[in-house]
Amino acid sequence: MIYRETGQFKASYAADQAIFRLVEDRIGMGAILFLAFVVMPLVGSQYWLETIMLPFLIYSLAAIGLNLLTGYAGQLSLGTGGFMACGAFSAYKLATAFPDLHVLLVLVLAGSITAAVGILFGLPSLRIKGFYLAVATLAAQFFLLWLFNRVPWFTNYSSSGVISAPPLAIFGDIWVTGFEATPVAKYLFTLSLVSILALAAKNMTRLKIGRAWMAIRDMDIAAEIIGIRPMTTKLSAFAISSFYCGIAGALWAFVYTGAVEALAFEINVSFRVLFMIIIGGLGTICGSFMGAAFIVLLPIFLNNTLLALGLAEAVALASHLEAMIMGALIIFFLIVEPHGLARLWQILKEKLRRWPFPY
Amino acid sequence: MTTAATDLRLDSRQAATGRRQRRIGGVLLAVENVSLRFGGVQALSGVSFDVRQGEIRAIIGPNGAGKSSMLNVINGFYQPQEGSFVWKGERLARMRPHLAATLGIARTFQNIALFKGMTTLDNIMTGRILKMRASFLEQALWWGRARREELAHRAFVERIIDFLEIQHIRHTPVGKLPYGLQKRVELARALAMEPELLLLDEPMAGMNLEEKEDMCRFILDVNEEFGTTVVLIEHDMGVVMDISDRVVVLDYGKLLADGTPDEVRNDPRVIEAYLGLVHD
Repeated sequence: MIYRETGQFKASYAADQAIFRLVEDRIGMGAILFLAFVVMPLVGSQYWLETIMLPFLIYSLAAIGLNLLTGYAGQLSLGTGGFMACGAFSAYKLATAFPDLHVLLVLVLAGSITAAVGILFGLPSLRIKGFYLAVATLAAQFFLLWLFNRVPWFTNYSSSGVISAPPLAIFGDIWVTGFEATPVAKYLFTLSLVSILALAAKNMTRLKIGRAWMAIRDMDIAAEIIGIRPMTTKLSAFAISSFYCGIAGALWAFVYTGAVEALAFEINVSFRVLFMIIIGGLGTICGSFMGAAFIVLLPIFLNNTLLALGLAEAVALASHLEAMIMGALIIFFLIVEPHGLARLWQILKEKLRRWPFPY
Repeated sequence: MTTAATDLRLDSRQAATGRRQRRIGGVLLAVENVSLRFGGVQALSGVSFDVRQGEIRAIIGPNGAGKSSMLNVINGFYQPQEGSFVWKGERLARMRPHLAATLGIARTFQNIALFKGMTTLDNIMTGRILKMRASFLEQALWWGRARREELAHRAFVERIIDFLEIQHIRHTPVGKLPYGLQKRVELARALAMEPELLLLDEPMAGMNLEEKEDMCRFILDVNEEFGTTVVLIEHDMGVVMDISDRVVVLDYGKLLADGTPDEVRNDPRVIEAYLGLVHD
């Protein structure tokens, strides 16, 4: 009886098409945004903002990107790490070649370059599907990393192969990258960007382009006969997905770590992001956040709890235990709900409609 | 059942008896000399027939006669080795799925081809995709044309939902719907394209009598109210003879007969194909 649509009448199609159709949803979302934008910067320590929230947000963004491609358009990809590297290195080249370029412009351009690269590596999807496509996208992962590792031009001939982000300000002297950037500024900058991009992704998925993606995913023959062009639809999914991954990579290199080498984006990153969307829920935007939280936040939480409880004396033991518990939890959640945490959340909401009554 | 729905049913019955008053226009689509081979299998050989504007045209024939292949050729899914099309007097050398969709050819499938992960509403809305013009940036921002289009098309789609009486399943994922309703949603998706020519591949297969009657009523209503030309494949001869204006009979990929239901019914070759030759 807590969460229900009774009495909430929609008088226009605009109201019925809203993202948050129920008052309860809007209150919940408002509370989350308030916590994230106001409470967190006020009470969060540097450790919380920089070590916990930043990677969570950036991974969420990459997960949204992959979810658009894999969850919505049904094109399995293992190239996420490569595309993130592409975003990071394009942003670096842009920021060093044009020092006056605004940070937002740097990110958008880096995303656009990655989108172009994504289209290129998406071309095999026109002929192959499923696992075979996943193997083909591995080419993006290995080729791009090899390229950034081996061609010194990409690192501006740095001997270590490490790129370090130049200081960039969002406006005035509010720095979001470099040494002068405060944790709060970095956090709020990333949070705003991720929120805006998540909203844009949600909008795309509920409108024409998202329906075209899902139509291609669910039944490509019928989609073609309705007039959806498989080529442009699949490539647009690759482009927009890579745009998101590129920005995530650029944020990782510029805002989170500040200095990064190509190896930071190796195949493990691709797998992590893929696990996030599988555990979070394929084809949902909120699932991308839940999956990122599960994979990024839970280990930190487990580790700290184990140490705090004194269950593990040594740090090494704690991380072994953490890996074991994480593995068990992943299997548990996949058995309980193969459609991911987002589906669990939806089931919970359906239960709340009639709670405390059994039916 | 409400009186309104009963009235509607009576209306269409009356209409069905007095259907000769409908306006049947000139040739909308002519299929000329189409041959289709899959390796050594001759699926269609030299088939020609035409479809007039506003009529209900049935394609019948025994299993494997090439009926579904014919539909696949018409909407460009199969490329025939020989043959051409004339659409509204204009000759088309080849048909492509996208071209067929832009010309206004919609279709439903024998084994339902809905988008299983999407709701009924979203499925029907995909039928409007060709008519949407908003750029992806406008869509991302839920702004400008994207917003206007979405709401206008939603209003249009709601009319189809009302027409096919599927209001109650609007927000249900189609994978959860029973078979009969899925067939109806598929028809709705095809209608959302505002087609000039509607190709129905066994719209009543696997339905019980009541569902068949409903589906017949919808097909007749679509044809009469919107003037949509219908080409349908159906095995239920009662239905075919009742609702179609002209019937094409295919057998082993060849055109066996073409004419009104009465002509076809009494054609000795058709009787032979269906019942076998009577030996004295």
